[in-house]
Amino acid sequence: MAELNVGDEIPELRVTPDKYLPHRYAGASGDFNPIHIDPEFAKAVGLPNTILHGLYMMGLVARAGTEAAGGDPKSLKRLSVQFRGMGAPETEIVVSGEVKSVEDGKATIDVVAAQGENQTIRNAEADVQL
Amino acid sequence: MTLKTEAVGKEWPATTYEVGKEKIREYATVIGLDNPVHLDREAARAAGYRDVVAPPMFCVVYSAPALAPAMFDPEVGMNFAAMVHGGQEFEWGEPACSGDEITTTAKCLEIYEKDGKGFYVFETVSANGDGDQVVRGTWTNIVRGV
Repeated sequence: MAELNVGDEIPELRVTPDKYLPHRYAGASGDFNPIHIDPEFAKAVGLPNTILHGLYMMGLVARAGTEAAGGDPKSLKRLSVQFRGMGAPETEIVVSGEVKSVEDGKATIDVVAAQGENQTIRNAEADVQL
Repeated sequence: MTLKTEAVGKEWPATTYEVGKEKIREYATVIGLDNPVHLDREAARAAGYRDVVAPPMFCVVYSAPALAPAMFDPEVGMNFAAMVHGGQEFEWGEPACSGDEITTTAKCLEIYEKDGKGFYVFETVSANGDGDQVVRGTWTNIVRGV
């Protein structure tokens, strides 16, 4: 069982998705939207290049929240996120968070996922069972 | 332009998805999850699960197909060219394990305009074969320039 206290920072998760990660995520998730896997299509709709799936980055946020709670997948009870900046492959993603409240064996963690200054997921809240 | 809101409250037919051990492995590997409860049946059972357990965010694999007809419904009328996935919430109940047959229904919760953008909010509710709720998802899509 993990012990979390208000104000604690959760262990940072750092992941650099390789060039083909969006293809593997598309296969794993079933989301083949071409903005994630086809550079020509992405550019044709005004994007700088292919972008990461938001739900892939949310998967990393879920991973960080679960690990902070001790690693049992059923400890993650709720996760709410806002997608803002676009995520790019081949750039390091840093997921960080701070415990906002602890009550009745349940903690709420504020989480952010960022690539440098670009916050791709913000205002994320993870409720975990301790 | 005024947003069409007649789809608010509309529900779409349920979809079912049978969770499989190797599909869980594929998803877990992409996310970088190496907890053996996602990969190894014995480890999952030793941890108290019926079978290999899906990571929480695996819920997109079995719940998103129920949402597809809602997203493309002309009554909803979303302009895909100007749409972004703005927000997402999941609330988990009973864990999803390999062998579970999960049924998901989708519903349009809200359509509203704010700051010149259209907000389209959908809900998916997924339950296992015992009728236990596995996850409830709230999907917010934002369309610019409505």
